[in-house]
Amino acid sequence: MTVDVGWAIDWARRAAATVVEHRDELIELDRQIGDGDHGENMARGFVAVLARIDALTERPAQVGDVLRMVATTLMSTVGGAAGPLYGTAYLRAATVTAAPTLGPVDIVAMLEAALEGVVARGRARVGEKTMVDAWAPAVTEAAAAADAGGDPTAVLRAAAVGASAGAASTVPLVATKGRASYLGERSAGHLDPGARSTELLLVAAAEAASR
Amino acid sequence: MSGVSAGRVSTGRVSLVIVSHSEALATGVMQLAGQMAPVVTILPVGGTDAGGLGTSFAKIAAALEEVTRDDGRAVVLTDIGSAVMTTESVLEVLGDTIRARVALADAPLVEGAVAAALAVAGGADLAGVLAAAQGACVSRARSGGGPGEPGMSKTVSEVHATIEVMNPLGLHARPAAALARAMSRLEATVTIDGVDATSVLELMALGATRGRRLKLVATGPQATAARDAATRLITSSLGEL
Repeated sequence: MTVDVGWAIDWARRAAATVVEHRDELIELDRQIGDGDHGENMARGFVAVLARIDALTERPAQVGDVLRMVATTLMSTVGGAAGPLYGTAYLRAATVTAAPTLGPVDIVAMLEAALEGVVARGRARVGEKTMVDAWAPAVTEAAAAADAGGDPTAVLRAAAVGASAGAASTVPLVATKGRASYLGERSAGHLDPGARSTELLLVAAAEAASR
Repeated sequence: MSGVSAGRVSTGRVSLVIVSHSEALATGVMQLAGQMAPVVTILPVGGTDAGGLGTSFAKIAAALEEVTRDDGRAVVLTDIGSAVMTTESVLEVLGDTIRARVALADAPLVEGAVAAALAVAGGADLAGVLAAAQGACVSRARSGGGPGEPGMSKTVSEVHATIEVMNPLGLHARPAAALARAMSRLEATVTIDGVDATSVLELMALGATRGRRLKLVATGPQATAARDAATRLITSSLGEL
């Protein structure tokens, strides 16, 4: 059982749809503890991703080709911190997915590479109220699902479940990285917008595999 | 590309790239640093593609491709948050050849840019310019008119001089820059009232006003030439009335 280039394209389409659908929610979350531009920036970036996908004249050969296209588009259109963070996540994911199809272990490797990219770029660790708090448990849950013999759909669903739990875990945290860290204690009690958008993206990845 | 004329970057030469969320801020830093080091290539990169506040991957990539052409080198100075991350992302995407020619300074933007520009004007290489930029953050804490290091080695032959500041405004930015430039061209280690005479920031931080008598200590092959040049510059009012 594998996922293929078609899955990667569908993931990008679904990611764009869910980010646009939750644009106002992300804006509101970011307004509470940041500079309020996360929803707008993400929507702009993924609308551009959608345009790139619609403009494809032939199907890319490898999953990594699609992820690299998403990466470079996000880097050049998102603006704010989310551009380089998600851009690097997709870029690193692309480097380990130079294949027409991915099995369960490959998907775990892809998610690990994305997490490493976010950590390298943002220099954040778990517990600092950032998107790392969603990515890290997503990787852990995906790896557990793959170890248990799960198929790609099960692995991606596990990643989405991990990301959702991780995002929820940011609510009581006090931010020590990013714009929200300027608020100190006042950042507690709010869902981190970057963790929430990570959850949205990984839920979209699982849905694309569940078709 | 993006308003940068071709051919300004010569081989091996170090340029500066100023990355800011604000186009106005990037341009202002370029002007301030450029005033003290007029021959240095400084590219301001500010704002989003649409001209708003933010950082643009495309603008930064274009600037780095421009300054690294023909074996050029560049030190990048940034303002807050995503300016650093976007620059790092650009370097990751542009690849090893360009990445090897670019250093991202962990330095305060304004002080770092001024120090870096003067280091370039003084002929420093990439590592030297980077060190000058990153050293800028300790200048303010270290300077303050103290006597420097009293236990300095006596085995090296030292050249001493006491020089009175003549120009009415004292050792402010432009005269400090002229002095630092002159000192960095010579093969000598020069301190003035205990601070590094090649550092415009440390010279400025002395707050030397007219009438102050500065103590110069120089060592090295061109120590005497350095003393004479410094004396000439300081007592000739540093080119000002």
